[in-house]
Amino acid sequence: MTTFEKIRAIIADKSGEDEENITPETEYTDLGIDSLTIVEILMDIEDEFGVTVEAANAGKTVGDLVAKVEEEAK
Amino acid sequence: MGFRFLGTGSAVPAKILTNDDLSTMVETSDEWITTRVGVRERHIAVTETTASLAETAARRALEQSGVTPAELDLILCATITADNICPTCAGAVQQAIGASCPAFDISSACSGFIFALETAAGFFARGQVKKALVIGAERISKLLDWTDRSTCVIFGDGAGAAVLEASEEDSYLVSELHTAGGSDVIHIPAYQGQSPFRQIPEGERPPVIFMAGQETFKFAVNAMVGHIRSMAEKIGKTPEELDFIVPHQANTRIIDFAAKKLNLPAEKFIVNIQKYGNTAAASVPSALDEANRSGRIKRGDLVAMVAFGGGLSSAGALVRW
Repeated sequence: MTTFEKIRAIIADKSGEDEENITPETEYTDLGIDSLTIVEILMDIEDEFGVTVEAANAGKTVGDLVAKVEEEAK
Repeated sequence: MGFRFLGTGSAVPAKILTNDDLSTMVETSDEWITTRVGVRERHIAVTETTASLAETAARRALEQSGVTPAELDLILCATITADNICPTCAGAVQQAIGASCPAFDISSACSGFIFALETAAGFFARGQVKKALVIGAERISKLLDWTDRSTCVIFGDGAGAAVLEASEEDSYLVSELHTAGGSDVIHIPAYQGQSPFRQIPEGERPPVIFMAGQETFKFAVNAMVGHIRSMAEKIGKTPEELDFIVPHQANTRIIDFAAKKLNLPAEKFIVNIQKYGNTAAASVPSALDEANRSGRIKRGDLVAMVAFGGGLSSAGALVRW
């Protein structure tokens, strides 16, 4: 699985949205994700990838988050 | 020497403030508060004081325990909202109920009740006391900015108490206290006084609750998961083998996410935040009292209390009820 696919699975689980409807361009607000859900997603990412992303650095879109996680994982 | 729990009590102010009531004060709604915090209503003091709530909870705990105030050897009160700097809230309760033992307050915000239990455990271990009254009491409404919709919807006033008795068979199996000192995430400045000499620092915050929600949430979930896992492990059990978890009632989202991470069913968690909001140091003993009085927690059950909050602080206590 690519980083995007793993993160998409986490976000689909948290938001209740089907994975096929989540693209790199999808914004968190499109999925009804609130400020605490973002933290839940980032904590699941921490478990999955072993990298810490602060909520302030999570960007606006799923693609922003994928890029940040890939940058942190280097 | 260890101790066991003889009885519990709790108290809340008469006035109930619903989410709809709050919607007339700040821009919020019942739907917003219930989905993000999980509170439907809370009790707010009008004429009640922190000490009067503590006294009522204490009397109920003593009555259930069959213990008279004269028998008490120690009174501890966990609070960050004592009515006075002195006398302490514990001292006010001592006077009100007619006890004559040493009494003092303990300050560790929402983790305070477990810090107080640990303090009492030290007195029992040294054989200094036979019966102790431990209280968590708050009139947290006085520390709220009632125009800040992100914090004023969360909290409520109340008190909870437990009476402990020295026992060869120790109910207090495991305890963990943690402090990570700092004011970045949760900060409640004290009243700074009226000294004509003091220079007010730039950016000084007012004496109301400041809380960075996202950082608090992460700290809280990690604290809950960490304490529950490690306390269970210390007695050779898994979290699944614990009968009940009594968490600090800060936010249902914190409890739900921690439960998911621990892979524990919701039924294991004692949750009453819907009715009372976050009552800081009063929340764990109040939830414990509700579960005890309803018969949900029974003698012999393994009960894990876990709390987290300002300090930052967190604590866990694993007891055989």
